[in-house]
Amino acid sequence: MELLRLRNLTVQYPDTQQPAVSSLSFSIDRGESVGLVGESGSGKTQTALAIMGLLPANAHYSGSICIDNQELLGASVAELNRVRPGRVAMVFQDPQASLNPYVSIGDQLRRILLEHRFCPSAEARSRTLHMLGRVGLPDPERQYRSYPHQLSGGMRQRVMMGAALLGDPDLLIADEPTTALDVTVQAQILALLGALREETGAALLLITHDLGVIAHHCQRTIVMDHGRALEDRTTHELFAAPSSEKMQQLLHAAPCISRDCDTLATPAGAPVVLEIDAVAVSFDERRGGASRTLNAVRPFSLALRTGETIAIVGESGSGKTSLARAVVGLNATTQGTVSFQGSRLAATVSARSRAHHRDLQMVFQDPLASLNPAMRVADIVEEPLRVHAEATDRRDQVVAESLRRVGISEAFFDRFPHELSGGQAQRVAIARALILNPKVLICDEAVAALDGTVQEEILALLREEQQRSGLAIIFITHDLAVVRQISHRVVVMYMGRAVETAPCEQLFRRPKHPYTKALLDAVPQPDPTIRQAVTPLVGEIGSIISPPDGCPFNPRCELAIKICSETLPPLSGNGAGLVACHRAEELDLTY
Amino acid sequence: MSLAPTLLPVRQQVRGSRLVWICASLLAFIAIASVAGPFLVDNDYRSTDFDNIFLPPTITGQHFFGTDDLGRDLFVRTLLGVRITLFVAVIASFVSLFIGVIYGAIAGYLGGKVDALMMRLVDAMYALPFIFFVILLMVVFERSLLLIFIAIGAINWLDMARIVRGQTLSLKQRSFVDAAKLIGVSSFGIVWRHITPNLLGLVIVYMTLTIPQAILVESFLSFLGLGVQEPQTSLGALVYGGTNHVQSATWLIVIPATVLAVILVCFNFLGDGLRELADPKSKT
Amino acid sequence: MRILGAIPTLLLVIAVAFLMVRAAPGGPFDSERALPPDVEQNIEKAYHLDEPLPAQFVRYLAGIAVGDFGPSFRYRDYTVSEIIRQAFPLSMRLGAMAMLLALIVGVSAGMAAALHKNSMLDRLISAVAMLGISVPIFVVAPLMVLVFAVSLDWLPASYAGSAGADRLIMPIIALALPQIAYIARLTRASMIEIMASDFVRTARAQGLRTASIIRYHAIKPAMLPLLSYMGPAIAAVLTGSIVVEQVFGIPGVGQFFISGALNRDYTLVLGITVFYAVIVIVLNLVVDLLYGFLDPRIRSR
Repeated sequence: MELLRLRNLTVQYPDTQQPAVSSLSFSIDRGESVGLVGESGSGKTQTALAIMGLLPANAHYSGSICIDNQELLGASVAELNRVRPGRVAMVFQDPQASLNPYVSIGDQLRRILLEHRFCPSAEARSRTLHMLGRVGLPDPERQYRSYPHQLSGGMRQRVMMGAALLGDPDLLIADEPTTALDVTVQAQILALLGALREETGAALLLITHDLGVIAHHCQRTIVMDHGRALEDRTTHELFAAPSSEKMQQLLHAAPCISRDCDTLATPAGAPVVLEIDAVAVSFDERRGGASRTLNAVRPFSLALRTGETIAIVGESGSGKTSLARAVVGLNATTQGTVSFQGSRLAATVSARSRAHHRDLQMVFQDPLASLNPAMRVADIVEEPLRVHAEATDRRDQVVAESLRRVGISEAFFDRFPHELSGGQAQRVAIARALILNPKVLICDEAVAALDGTVQEEILALLREEQQRSGLAIIFITHDLAVVRQISHRVVVMYMGRAVETAPCEQLFRRPKHPYTKALLDAVPQPDPTIRQAVTPLVGEIGSIISPPDGCPFNPRCELAIKICSETLPPLSGNGAGLVACHRAEELDLTY
Repeated sequence: MSLAPTLLPVRQQVRGSRLVWICASLLAFIAIASVAGPFLVDNDYRSTDFDNIFLPPTITGQHFFGTDDLGRDLFVRTLLGVRITLFVAVIASFVSLFIGVIYGAIAGYLGGKVDALMMRLVDAMYALPFIFFVILLMVVFERSLLLIFIAIGAINWLDMARIVRGQTLSLKQRSFVDAAKLIGVSSFGIVWRHITPNLLGLVIVYMTLTIPQAILVESFLSFLGLGVQEPQTSLGALVYGGTNHVQSATWLIVIPATVLAVILVCFNFLGDGLRELADPKSKT
Repeated sequence: MRILGAIPTLLLVIAVAFLMVRAAPGGPFDSERALPPDVEQNIEKAYHLDEPLPAQFVRYLAGIAVGDFGPSFRYRDYTVSEIIRQAFPLSMRLGAMAMLLALIVGVSAGMAAALHKNSMLDRLISAVAMLGISVPIFVVAPLMVLVFAVSLDWLPASYAGSAGADRLIMPIIALALPQIAYIARLTRASMIEIMASDFVRTARAQGLRTASIIRYHAIKPAMLPLLSYMGPAIAAVLTGSIVVEQVFGIPGVGQFFISGALNRDYTLVLGITVFYAVIVIVLNLVVDLLYGFLDPRIRSR
């Protein structure tokens, strides 16, 4: 039975030529789960806002949005408020911004009940507490009194879901509900979403850029591009035989960890170019009067060979970025040394020699922020040459050549960074990093801010450069699919420690650490025919201020035994991989 | 995917910048008139004429704006007042710009404890009734134009320091500064080539907001008789002179007060408009 | 912690003011005809000018602690404290009433403008507020006298001109006007920002009426910037009261301050400066503590 129907929805903003949403029509039946997928700017969120009556004042719209034959588009606030959140409710992308920082969690939820008289006011508190428990928050009494900043990202998103479900809606819209979260937490939230949907029988409109999420949580999928719906089919059909070119592109670029590693074999016998020896990083944090030490990276060692890519993978708080910054000297190391071709590097970049500046370069996460907004593209790429007084007589030529190599055409040389797309900006940043022919490149989440298809292009560019010049790369990422596409070897970090290191292929086929296994399980595969682990990893990454005794992973580990909470397992092993787990020998985690 | 940034509708932006344009032209006109005006009439600002005191404004006569209690020509005196007021304000703004940018950039660039301490000081000074200290200073030392510059600069640098510090801090955290460090650009090079050019727009915008504040302080002091001394004059001093004859010779207060108000309004609109054009998000 | 932080500020401010006066070229009596040396010595002894500077400062601080700012150099029969005690109640009434008026009118106007953004009402309020922050009190106050007292004869032109409560109406309005403008602009800006925030969007998605959104979600965060403006606002009102008292002839602290300044009455000017600085610092501390209490992110530290 039809619940929601969109007919020819068009949304247009005065300052743009192309409409944000253009003649979009689809419907959702009661209890159905529908995915809305597309890249950024495809009009997904605008569609959701239109349904909720939340389009900004300067938006022009036409068409029709009906829920049970009641028109929502252009309805008055009072009319809309009879529908939301009792019939249709929404969970937003960024749970941090979506919760009021000045009002306690309990009061924010209770207000919804009181406003709509969903229950007698005397019961509002107990109903709220009950809901907090239902969305899996431990100790609801305490969360009731908490403020949003006191909760983790995953807990905040649980609160948002609780708020959305208070009115027992017929339709739940979730706009990228897990994009801001770590992969293991994402798995928890998606599992919760599925369970709640089953329990309440509500229909779901799940908006995401992630085909993996769609594949496992939606019966039907609508593919959007430039405000238009390209496909509207059952998810199984769509993934089996995508008809539109865009969907084929998306599917091809979709991060997939079950595919073979398409990298070359580890360069055999290549010399070690960078050696990280027992490097640790800690910060002193002052809060109020007390100061405490954050041990972001515990003693960590690694040897990188010419022509090799090592991926360092971990969730937020794992210390991967602190490590990368320490290696290039942007953070001082607290202990340990970094050596380049056998010579020891100074702890900070300003203390390092000119030659070493040339040898180690870095590409950053946010491509726009990494380019000086006041400089033109050509000047940005020229700066390293100028600083190192290199190629003085034919600088323009060198700059042009290196920009062309990363795929930036002449027309862009005189542009400012804000006139570039994200992908173009990252290409310029890569050109700047490579113009001095460094031996080692450190990429800190270098593709995380980019859309899937652009990600793939940038990764291909890096591989090309590596083959051309024997560049060694350390690739910091949270994304296992990216790891698979680019690395020879992988280091998995958890709470500042390496818990497993292995050749890429081996790590994905035969993970030895339970955390590695959990990470792999948590990645949603863009293939609805694959059955994925049903029980996601519990809990969230702990606080590095007070790490647990023993193995840092033991509080979340299903396989933990007594020794795991007593002694820290050393990173050890034979053959190609190392693992820090007491039970590594006896467990078989092979897929 | 977040909501598309709600840019100002284009129409409004044009109107905003038209206002900016009108204000800028009006200010330019007043400034040029204040310099060129005295050459066009043959009255001077100090000659008294006791046969012609309290002459009302006239279009045909010799005194466009009338005369004051000593028979001095108000037109020439108003132009002189504009000149001195603008001069004091612009110089004082440069003083505050100089102190504020250096202080703010140092605090922002060094960060950490130094920054915390420096900004605590600014916060503490921010809320002080500064005028009282300035007047204390005026009482203790001889009144001079120099002292007025210092006094105004000393008050107004706080705003500039805060803004420059905030911007420096946020620029410093952007990864292009890290990228420059990795290339091997020196600290000086980073501040000079990467931070300063990105501060410039903001500083110019806030300068247009500092000038009216400086005008306010100067005219306030002059109004109290603690600023510019006779026979020199400023708009504040002229308004003060006018208050003594509110009942009998209204033009003596209305004309300089209007000119002062127009200048202040123009500067404020100009600054506000420029700030909005430069950064649509900050609309305070 | 914060209370302890305010003490050095207080000491520093008093020290700066004190040293400024002591650094003056020549003593306080230099301007008068030359006195016989022994008389001069006696005077110096009476005012403790013969002691070393640190001792004088400690003596001054000790005096302030018990509310004694020393004798006035001009009003020979009065101490500075007596003058302040006599004049301050009037100034305080004026300032407090103006502040109250500014808050009520400013916040209402700002809210109205923000909630009807880009309407005619908003443009009108914004334009008037721009005038309010641009046109200084010493221009507005005499013009008000010209219009409401001289031309229309509705209100008395000066404080001495009437014995009724109406003699304070114009001064209060004149003093409040710039603050009304500032507060209206501040309220408008922060209210617009909050109403465009993600969490208000969430509240709208939850079907809350606009009135509920303002009451339960927007009002507190929107008013916090206003709270931090209270410090500078108090300083601005004190400054403005100098002009208003001058224009309307109100015998408040500001008038004594100006006559002290024009007559080079060092102790009086110093005393009033220190007195107001202390008031402002203490009020700022209260605002700070209040802010910490209202913002849960600061409170939980």
